[in-house]
Amino acid sequence: MTTVPTAHYLALSAILFTIGVIGVLVKRNPIVIFMCIELMLNSVNLTFIALGRHFGQMNGQMYVIFVMAVAAAEVAIGLGIIVAIFRTRETINVDEINLLKF
Amino acid sequence: MNGSMITFWTTAVIAVISAIFLVVNRNPVLSALCLIVTFFMQAVLYLTLSAQFIAAVQVIVYAGAIMVLFLFVIMLLNLGAPEALRESGTLQTPVAILLALVFMVLLLGAGAIGIESTIPPASHAFLMSSGTVESIGKTLFDPNLPWLFPFEVTSILLLVGVIGAVVLAKRRL
Repeated sequence: MTTVPTAHYLALSAILFTIGVIGVLVKRNPIVIFMCIELMLNSVNLTFIALGRHFGQMNGQMYVIFVMAVAAAEVAIGLGIIVAIFRTRETINVDEINLLKF
Repeated sequence: MNGSMITFWTTAVIAVISAIFLVVNRNPVLSALCLIVTFFMQAVLYLTLSAQFIAAVQVIVYAGAIMVLFLFVIMLLNLGAPEALRESGTLQTPVAILLALVFMVLLLGAGAIGIESTIPPASHAFLMSSGTVESIGKTLFDPNLPWLFPFEVTSILLLVGVIGAVVLAKRRL
């Protein structure tokens, strides 16, 4: 049985990453922006595992485990920040949260 | 067109479509559900890449824990009607999409095309044993490999995450 070429996985990963980038740049809801960041992290995980299989090493899967741990911590902190901002500003539209800009 | 190619194309198309729907629709709950579909499709892709343990962790951690967190925050914030957060109809959207597409072309040109011709793929014996819990544990806890110390540091990172979430979410400490 022939396997799927690694280039297919890399191309799919690039497409998913680009969709995540578009979401981060276009969306105004920080929760959806966070979801797009998770999508980008996942596409990078796919790249790690595909290349790990291609090179015959375990390193790719090890990296994915650590990326997942970091993503879990990041989501907990990020959503906590969003809740805190909503509590003080009564809005989470990223266009209106511009205090750090000045 | 054999079985593995059919599996790959089916899961890939579903993953890309749900990812696109995640970006284009305005309802955050629908976006979260689309993201769960994408995560499940990626778990299937991990299975086809002979990474069974990672596929299980993907479903448990991402599609389970992280998405429950997202849905809880959406519920807590009570954003009202989905139209409340209207996207600004400025020049930003087309410019962002154009730059992202240029970025995708660069990504595809940089690494995705032509890797097969330079390096031969891994052996069949490696694929049979690479994704199991046994081989992952042996690699992770081998003192001769560099993964044991990052694993210990990860525990501190998760502790910081827990403390940070409590500090941020609590009204008054």
